[in-house]
Amino acid sequence: MQSVLDIKNLTVRFATADGEVAAVSDVSLSVGKGECLGIVGESGSGKSQTFMAAMGLLARNGRATGEVMFGYMNLLTAKEQTLNTVRGNKLAMIFQDPMTSLTPHMKVGRQLTEVLVRHCGLNAAAARTAAIEMLGRVRIPEAARRFDMYPHELSGGLRQRVMIAMALLCGPELIIADEPTTALDVTVQAQILALIRSTREEFNTSIILITHDLGVVAGLADRVAVMYAGRIVEIGDVDQIFNAPRHPYTKGLLACTPRLDDPATATLATIPGQPPNLQHLPRGCAYHPRCPYVMDRCRVESPKLLPTGAGQNACFLDDLDVRAAS
Amino acid sequence: MSALPLLQVRDLKVHFPVRGGGLFPTTIPLKAVDGVSFDLAPGETLGIVGESGCGKSTLGRAVLQLLPATAGAVAWFGEDLTKLDKHALKARRRDMQIVFQDPLASLDPRMTAGDIIAEPLRNYHPEFSSADRKARVAKMMEQVGLHPAMINRYPHEFSGGQCQRIGIARAMILGPKLVVCDEPVSALDVSIRAQVVNLLMDLQRATGVAMLFISHDLAVVRHISHRVMVLYLGRVMELADRDSLYRAPRHPYTQSLMSAVPIPDPAKERARTRALLTGDLPSPLYPPSGCVFRTRCPKATEICSDVVPPRESAGPQHEVACHHWRD
Repeated sequence: MQSVLDIKNLTVRFATADGEVAAVSDVSLSVGKGECLGIVGESGSGKSQTFMAAMGLLARNGRATGEVMFGYMNLLTAKEQTLNTVRGNKLAMIFQDPMTSLTPHMKVGRQLTEVLVRHCGLNAAAARTAAIEMLGRVRIPEAARRFDMYPHELSGGLRQRVMIAMALLCGPELIIADEPTTALDVTVQAQILALIRSTREEFNTSIILITHDLGVVAGLADRVAVMYAGRIVEIGDVDQIFNAPRHPYTKGLLACTPRLDDPATATLATIPGQPPNLQHLPRGCAYHPRCPYVMDRCRVESPKLLPTGAGQNACFLDDLDVRAAS
Repeated sequence: MSALPLLQVRDLKVHFPVRGGGLFPTTIPLKAVDGVSFDLAPGETLGIVGESGCGKSTLGRAVLQLLPATAGAVAWFGEDLTKLDKHALKARRRDMQIVFQDPLASLDPRMTAGDIIAEPLRNYHPEFSSADRKARVAKMMEQVGLHPAMINRYPHEFSGGQCQRIGIARAMILGPKLVVCDEPVSALDVSIRAQVVNLLMDLQRATGVAMLFISHDLAVVRHISHRVMVLYLGRVMELADRDSLYRAPRHPYTQSLMSAVPIPDPAKERARTRALLTGDLPSPLYPPSGCVFRTRCPKATEICSDVVPPRESAGPQHEVACHHWRD
């Protein structure tokens, strides 16, 4: 498959008062054309920072090394000016909170047409028509009236639709959606997920879906990457990840998520302990203090992400499996 | 469960006055909770679910008298709390506690974990010696899974899950009969959420405390509750035994809520057909006439805009407020 985005050995470090912290360590992944890649992880796993780095949106104390290829452009080394020709154009982003990511003092219409005038060279009248048409396509009722409203006059669901419309305006090749439905109620979340699903089919856009919600990923993604403490611990086809997870962390996450389709059990399975502090990462595999299968080797050596069947997995248990098989 | 309910809430209303716009602004009541009735037995957990703005948090606070009720009654072992004066209420409060959503924001940053957990003891048992207090705090910390050695640490030194354990320890130290849990696990990571849910269930088994568990997460509510109440725009849509509600939801709103929850199983997600609700929640300032859900309801007919549906029995331990639940 032709890939749209190629990330190689991406590491993101933040300079803090207590020294340098690696939020993302040696992440490599690629997204194919028209593919939806889900990125799953808990807070501090590096799932957002990986793509903030890719978009050149790191906080001032952050520094990214490695390579992020979007077509022939390395986004990490590109100048701000060059970056601005692709951001919002071929590469769009949807954030979690639609209230804070829209400019509060600017009418929705102006924020939409700005993109068209800047990137697509439309004049004001043509941009207005195109923007209203796009608002209609993301199923905003009375699109022409909403065009002249301020963000605070819209509900959370409508604001997220405006963000999606904005992302779609210039026909992007890739949309990075960072927790796009986390701030929304379930019934509105279902509407927005249905919208993302249908726009993907309609526009054949690649999507990177960053979320902590395994259910959201199951319904939308083709492939899933699971992140823990700044690293990808497992990546694979969505069916494999959910039906035959290999990494103990993936297994643990799935087991401790209460689900509506299971018979209710007396106690939920848990993962003991808590996510590690990035400043004091344990030696060896970062998951080893919480892992039920921990071996001596895990405490000293950090497992690499290696191919296993259809996907990739970073766990020494796989070595044992291979040895047992041979 | 014993015969006398711990709590009998009858037709409880909480209205907030909101100033309208225009040249001659008038005051409009925002009906956050509008005629809610339910019972809670000792040792029971009632889950309260609904979307943002449905009045679930307001209801929890009004039950504890943290917000004044506009009308209705909250009977605590048969005694109406809304009629009590401050002094009498303080004595009752010993047995009712609350756990908040944001674990860090609900703890005083300048107090140590030990002081936070000991505060209810200081208020209600000033006769305890400091050594006695400390011993009780240490025991409580152990019960909620915190190491007693952390007694002198400040909230910012704890993770979110640990802060929530401190909040739970503070709520449990007096051995209350009721704890209102207002979205206690919503701000926590998936792997921590399960730990805290299990902790709450263990504490209930050990102490027999009753809980009002307020949450928007239907899967968590199903796990922890004995009965579940579904709210929409301040009114009860459905109130039923946990298994009965999740096996056969009767109200169209409950049905669409359940079908909107994503399931972490790709094959099931692909096969699912969803009853998608259209539109957003109407403004609680101007709720629809008749049934408040009718503007988004797939089953709505003329009667729904004229008549408020009464709560009908749809089986043992199952009540539903809908004109069309039999269809």
